[in-house]
Amino acid sequence: MLVATPLAAALAPVHQRYLLEARQMQALSFAVHIPLVCFGIAFPALVLFVEWLHRRSGDELYLVLAKRWSKVMLALFAVGVITGTILSFEMGLLWPNFTATFGSVFGLGFAIEGFSFFMEAIFIGIYVYGWEPLSPRLHFASGIPVVIAGFTGSLMVISVNAWMNHPSGFRLHGGKVVDVDPLAALFGNSYLWHELVHMYVAAYIVTGFLVAGVYAIERLRGSWGRYQRTALAIPLTVAALAAPVQVLVGDWAARDVARSQPVKLAAIEGLAKTTRGASEHVLGWYTGGQVRDGIAIPKLLSLLAFHNPNATVKGLDTVSPARRPPVNVVRVAFQLMVGIGTALALLGVAYLVVRTRRRRLPQSVWFYRALAVAGPLSVVALISGWIVTEVGRQPWVVYRVMLTSHAVTGAGGIPVGHATLALVYAGLAAAVLWVLRRLARAPLELTVAS
Amino acid sequence: MHLYDVPLVFALIGLVLYTVLAGADFGAGAWQMLAGRGAAGERTRDHAHRSMGPVWEANHVWLIFVLTVMWTAYPTAFGSIASTLSVPLLLAGIGIIVRGAAYALRTGAESPRELRAIDRASAVSSIVTPFALGAAVGGIASRRVPVGNAAGHLFSSWLNPTSALIGGLAVATSAYLAAVYLAADAVRVGDRDLERAFRARALLAGVLAGAIALGGVAVLHSDARPLYQGLVRGAALGALVASVLAGAATLALVWWRRFEAARYTAALAVAAVVAGWGLAQHPLLLPGLTVARAAAPHDTLVAVVVAVIAGGALLFPSLGLLFGLLLRGHLDREPGAAQPVAEGRAILAASAPGLLGRAAAACLVAGIGFLTIAEQPWAHALGVAALLAFVVLGFFALESADQARL
Repeated sequence: MLVATPLAAALAPVHQRYLLEARQMQALSFAVHIPLVCFGIAFPALVLFVEWLHRRSGDELYLVLAKRWSKVMLALFAVGVITGTILSFEMGLLWPNFTATFGSVFGLGFAIEGFSFFMEAIFIGIYVYGWEPLSPRLHFASGIPVVIAGFTGSLMVISVNAWMNHPSGFRLHGGKVVDVDPLAALFGNSYLWHELVHMYVAAYIVTGFLVAGVYAIERLRGSWGRYQRTALAIPLTVAALAAPVQVLVGDWAARDVARSQPVKLAAIEGLAKTTRGASEHVLGWYTGGQVRDGIAIPKLLSLLAFHNPNATVKGLDTVSPARRPPVNVVRVAFQLMVGIGTALALLGVAYLVVRTRRRRLPQSVWFYRALAVAGPLSVVALISGWIVTEVGRQPWVVYRVMLTSHAVTGAGGIPVGHATLALVYAGLAAAVLWVLRRLARAPLELTVAS
Repeated sequence: MHLYDVPLVFALIGLVLYTVLAGADFGAGAWQMLAGRGAAGERTRDHAHRSMGPVWEANHVWLIFVLTVMWTAYPTAFGSIASTLSVPLLLAGIGIIVRGAAYALRTGAESPRELRAIDRASAVSSIVTPFALGAAVGGIASRRVPVGNAAGHLFSSWLNPTSALIGGLAVATSAYLAAVYLAADAVRVGDRDLERAFRARALLAGVLAGAIALGGVAVLHSDARPLYQGLVRGAALGALVASVLAGAATLALVWWRRFEAARYTAALAVAAVVAGWGLAQHPLLLPGLTVARAAAPHDTLVAVVVAVIAGGALLFPSLGLLFGLLLRGHLDREPGAAQPVAEGRAILAASAPGLLGRAAAACLVAGIGFLTIAEQPWAHALGVAALLAFVVLGFFALESADQARL
């Protein structure tokens, strides 16, 4: 359906000197928001699980833990609300022509996401401020909408991103967007599912490793009671189970990319020419039409992408140079994501083996050191994954329909806005770290021996 | 009314609710600045914070609602507005960051000095944000936002008499709404001093807001003639009169300490002003762009309307629950001491973990088969379900059984 008619955008495209800065500003805003999204998705489920343990066992330790985590959850949610608001502003501030031209196609996704966000905000307020006033049963019930809204919210946002990568639900007629079917655009899209599952699983990995990492650091500092062991084990078990699953989900996602976005795959792999039985390169740097200093594994790329060692993989040469994404950015980000993801999966498996065989937590100090860095590394992998998706789609904002340079604002002062936002976000990051340390330092309200 | 008008009505309702609810929040932030030092000032600032805590996030989502409805239903207008008014919108965005961060930070603050610093930052942003948003509205109302990608002036589109008027009105209205709300809340917690203090502030801010609104008519007459002409006739004039009456009624109610009722009349006054603006400008959304031409295609409008109605059916009962709990004083205490519960029950039956573990392993094998080896979409769906089941079953097997022994 996507013929090569040039698009007639709703507003006349203008030349923007600072297109790269606009993209950087958008990338910064995403990079700040996405880790918080992970906590919005996964943390409520963990808190609710701990509350459930308390309800089943009557053990007070779980209640104390759930309450403390719920405070952190609320603080991070508040920061998520504001960084999310900035993102919705930027849809217009930075990319007015994208929104003006295609708002009628994809906008519904955000409108529904807005309601999800609403439900999450309302019930998170009830949950965190409702520990005493509500009956235990009602209080537990008030947490369930938070978990559901975390899922539906991410579903809607990902449906928009999947549409940008694999647009459908409209036709171009003489360059104009016609026959708009927003439901088909958002939900009739085969690209949605792998993106959604990949992100949803990532949320549990990031949240799990980051939270467990906090208690790993406590252990390294010599604080290791039952409270810390419990608070470490619960998030770590989720992350350890989810990390190997993510390897499989990621492989599925890559096969979908190979079919729908061959140029993105070519950039990921640094494949200049269309090749039959293409080899996979690990590490290395793309320069002069090939990957240098990498380790080549013959036929592996064809096998992974198409389940056939002799399959033909399209190269960057299928499109003109101006229609190719920056190869090394995409490629390095991809290798980082896969490398970290694999390491996290191995760490998870090691933990699961000890947990199931010996029925205790690992004892090696190296395990806890690894765990302390696993959290931040999982965030790096998360951001890298989004770089692969978003930079890999360039120069298109809507894949093969609208160029990013046609979507950008004509307003001046982007570097000023970018610098201001960077400063504000640096302050915000410092503030969040400060408040999290403060919350962690507050004495435990445990009356039972730990 | 046509189908293409309906989302605009939704957006304007959202704008009214944002002005009233988040406005009260910004106003509360602004009053924190004027609270002064010492124990009394601290109590005032604490009160302002505590009353807003549980509803803060929900109040702010109204703005996101307005933005999403606008860009879905009137995309061209949205793109034109956001690109021309990028400076005030970015300012408002940064103000919202600071205000929200202040909420998160206050949970960790320990000393009065830290609290004061946080409240000061939050107060500045609480004045900047409503002003910037009001100034942006002023730019649209005075026809300074043409259709096009950043086609209007970067600065004069929002630095002009009409923008100053509406920005100032937004700040004064916020301060007024907050004072009324906080006075009502002081009555609820039985604090007479605070009630007196906020009643005085409410009267002051109310008179100020009224004066700005009345004086503003002259500003519109000279700076935004088309808007002025639209406002002084027909239904728009009726809305304006209703707003004046509601404004006067709310002052009288505050005077007689009927704060709860005053909140509703104040909301009515805001709603009437927004309605008057919409009616005065109708059928134009931007200069030369009618609502009908700006509207998205039919299917999108239907989808938006259905989504908003369905969402509203979920949202309003939930909001009712939240505000109900808040106003009845159920949410005053932050998470505190644990209540003693009997200990030592088993979480799951003894045989459950082994079964769960085996089921998890089976799911993992099935998941690999369906997702990684098979090619069909239905197999992939099964594979994903199996893998997610593996995580959930494995988690319950480990964390609900062995947990207590760690």
